[in-house]
Amino acid sequence: MTDSITIRGLNKIFAGPEGGTVAAVRDVDLEIGAGRLVTLLGPSGCGKTTLLRMIAGFEEPTSGDILFGDRRMNEVPPNRRDTAMVFQSYAIFPHLDVFENVAFGLRLRKLDGAEIETRVNRVLGLTGLSGYARRSPNQLSGGQQQRVALARSIVMEPRVLLFDEPLSNLDAKLREQMRVEIRELQQRVGITAVYVTHDQVEAMSISDEIVIMNAGAVEQRGSPHAIYARPASRFVADFIGKANFVAATVVDAGHVDVAGHRLALPDPGRPAGTAVTLVVRPEAVHLSVDAGLFAGTVRRVMFLGNIAEYLIGVDGVGDWLVDAPNPAETGLFEVGARIRLEPSPSSVHVLPA
Amino acid sequence: MAAVTRDARAELRLLARDPLLLVLLAAIAVAIVVFVVYPLLRVLIASFQVDGVWSLEGWTELADRRLYRSALLNSLGVGALVGVLGVVLGYLCAFVLTRLDVPGKTFLHYVTILPIVSPPFVSAVSILFLFGFNGLVTRQFLGLDDFSIYGFHGVVLSQVFTFAPIAYLSLRGVLASISPTLEDAALNVGATRWQTFWKVSLPLSLPGIAGAFLIVFIESMADFGNPLVLAGATFPMLAPQAYLEITGSFNLSRGATLAIVLLIPSLSAFAIQRWYLAKRQYITVTGKPTASSSKIVSPAVKWLLYGIVVAFAALVAAFYAVILVGAFTKVWGFNYAPTLAHFAYVFDVGLQSVKDTLIVAIVTTPVSGLLGMLVAFLVVRRTFPGRTALEFGAILPFAVPGTVVGIGYILAFNAPPLLLTGSLAVLVLCFVFRYVPVGIQSGIAVLRQIDPSIEEAAQNLGADGLTTFRKVTLPLIAPAFFSGLVYAFVRAMTAISAAIFLVSANWNLMTVQILNQVGSGRLGVSAAFSVVVIVVVLIAIGVIGLVVDRWSRHTTMVRHP
Ligand SMILES: Nc1ncnc2c1ncn2[C@@H]1O[C@H](COP(=O)(O)OP(=O)(O)OP(=O)(O)O)[C@@H](O)[C@H]1O
Ligand SMILES: [Mg+2]
Repeated sequence: MTDSITIRGLNKIFAGPEGGTVAAVRDVDLEIGAGRLVTLLGPSGCGKTTLLRMIAGFEEPTSGDILFGDRRMNEVPPNRRDTAMVFQSYAIFPHLDVFENVAFGLRLRKLDGAEIETRVNRVLGLTGLSGYARRSPNQLSGGQQQRVALARSIVMEPRVLLFDEPLSNLDAKLREQMRVEIRELQQRVGITAVYVTHDQVEAMSISDEIVIMNAGAVEQRGSPHAIYARPASRFVADFIGKANFVAATVVDAGHVDVAGHRLALPDPGRPAGTAVTLVVRPEAVHLSVDAGLFAGTVRRVMFLGNIAEYLIGVDGVGDWLVDAPNPAETGLFEVGARIRLEPSPSSVHVLPA
Repeated sequence: MAAVTRDARAELRLLARDPLLLVLLAAIAVAIVVFVVYPLLRVLIASFQVDGVWSLEGWTELADRRLYRSALLNSLGVGALVGVLGVVLGYLCAFVLTRLDVPGKTFLHYVTILPIVSPPFVSAVSILFLFGFNGLVTRQFLGLDDFSIYGFHGVVLSQVFTFAPIAYLSLRGVLASISPTLEDAALNVGATRWQTFWKVSLPLSLPGIAGAFLIVFIESMADFGNPLVLAGATFPMLAPQAYLEITGSFNLSRGATLAIVLLIPSLSAFAIQRWYLAKRQYITVTGKPTASSSKIVSPAVKWLLYGIVVAFAALVAAFYAVILVGAFTKVWGFNYAPTLAHFAYVFDVGLQSVKDTLIVAIVTTPVSGLLGMLVAFLVVRRTFPGRTALEFGAILPFAVPGTVVGIGYILAFNAPPLLLTGSLAVLVLCFVFRYVPVGIQSGIAVLRQIDPSIEEAAQNLGADGLTTFRKVTLPLIAPAFFSGLVYAFVRAMTAISAAIFLVSANWNLMTVQILNQVGSGRLGVSAAFSVVVIVVVLIAIGVIGLVVDRWSRHTTMVRHP
């Protein structure tokens, strides 16, 4: 029933202002396995929506192919692609009640009344909307409207589910809750899903795989863990989580030199003398009063409850962000305090300079 | 250039995925060319021909003969004056009824817009009842017997009365969209009330005022019924003169030339309104009408203004009361005994025209309403080569005086292959294309406020273009659909200027009957016809409202950010 999605050499060039052009999507190649949930993640304007809309058929690719399974979809109009999209604005039909919204696509397929009834009710149950079938959409809260949009898509049992920032209009609590629900639902029904977001936490928590986009092109793809631990570029490292970038030089197969300090690393995999950039995550640095490779001065402290976030001027290196866990227990360093820092070697990632 | 044709081809290919929609689009485009553009071209050509031979005679005569020169000057003069008076009155009414805290606003509103739903020359008939040779005021009350209402003042009076409500409605929208808090802010920084009015309120509504002026000017130039009834022999005006040249002297060339002369100022005014002013209006369509009342008038001024508005409303009411009473009065001016004879005439001799009018209106209304929404949908939601041209062609008839259209239709459709004159079709086609622009424009305005992804969602769920239009777009733009339908029906019931060229023995219209009866001095019968028209229109508005409401169950929309 569900299909893999293959995207080959896809480009979308819009006519820009004053005769110029905007390359919204550039040379994208992607393979999305059947039943998997893949997130398109990237900053605003990087082409996520455009890519999604090409998969749905609302935009015509300038070049390249889109395949569902082995069927080429380029010429198939959106109403025959059998995708189901959850729009950022939900796009609920305001003139229809909840039941009719969900039944809309089934009625177009001319299913018989009893079947529509059963399927709609089942999905309303699944999305926790059972009591709301006859409500008009303007009597629903934002979260409920979101569920209607979700139910309307799932009920079609489409080959492909598409989400365009479905949670961006919700408050933080609800967003977290819906995130879990969407993930569980998608796994239960097992439909291939493409999920667009610019929220990295959302992407990490929901995806089998993340595709990082930058200026229309794919920057990196991989599991959430792989992308976080081994970002392919500064852009990715910076976009996913926080990162300190530290200039270093390779010494040998087991060491790099950072401002005269020899830091032991698993294997930078580069010849001696190569300049590299280290990605040091804030949580991968241990702070203490007396033990550590680097020394520094606390410049700023922020108490965030579960962690304390420090800005530390590291001698001869520059400013680092460092997170210390459980500060309520361990206590805080004061601004101006001299401390020592020890990066944990297995968490440091090496990028080209 | 190559890129342009490639884009065009890509657009057409996209559209062709929806074959039904493509066919419809092509049909609409062809229909606009045939029924809007082609008749106008025929008028233009006819103005340069005499008996089928190319000639400038029509134009040289126009320059030479005083009759035509004064017809032009008279029409322009009346149009300008009616425009000014109509806008002043309309602004006053709009200001009082939207901004001041005065009693009976809703009631006054409905009385004020009554002239919009009646035949445009009903006021002319009332004026004859009141100020004619045997008029109630002039003869009975004042005992004048050498007073003549015919001429400049009669036409201006009647047109102000007829068209001020149009200015009122459009200025009402303008005023309602300007936040009173701006006035409050000006007062707050120490401006006097006058300064606030001159420096804030007026400048903000200036583009709207200019727009309203141009609309009234176009209407006045195009008006046919009032001048025909009230201008009289010594005060020639363009629209009736063109009609008389054709039906009286059978001089097509001269009629066509006058029609072109009539067309030029109307088109210019339309162009200014559409491309210049429309961009300068400070209206925010989504802005909530604000309910706060204005503080820039002192109580004395407030009640003075209120008095003027009440007086105008009273005059409107009086005019309609006079029509109603006149319809039941034996011989106005001589014998005021009540009678049903005029209605008996209407439903006996005139019955055919009542039926014909109803059939024409009932056929025209849904066609025009649906066409309007479809064009709005295509223009806003689809891209295709020639989209701007299509929109322009569809809106254009708004600026073309009915007289010009009428002449164009008899020129264009009185010979095979398009032999339509004398048929129901020619009346319906004429009305459909003449009155569709209002529906299109309100459709476009409403559609632009609706999140396009709602329609994309329908497509995504399997609906093709036409199904999306039928099941989603149309219900969403129900308010615009409603006003398009009502406008088409009202105009089909009350139109005269184009229709008078197109009626025939088989298909006659009530409005033409009203004019004929006025012409032969039977004011009572014309009043009875007018009453029937007004009653039918009011009933129809109610029925259309019910139907549209029933069919789009909820018209209230949730707007997503
Ligand atoms: N119809 C269009 N015409 C011209 N340019 C467009 C069009 N649609 C999108 N663009 C441009 O293409 C680029 C990518 O837009 P897109 O909407 O795909 O970004 P996005 O990644 O979804 O951003 P966001 O996170 O803000 O939603 C932007 O530069 C945008 O301005
Ligand atoms: Mg987007």
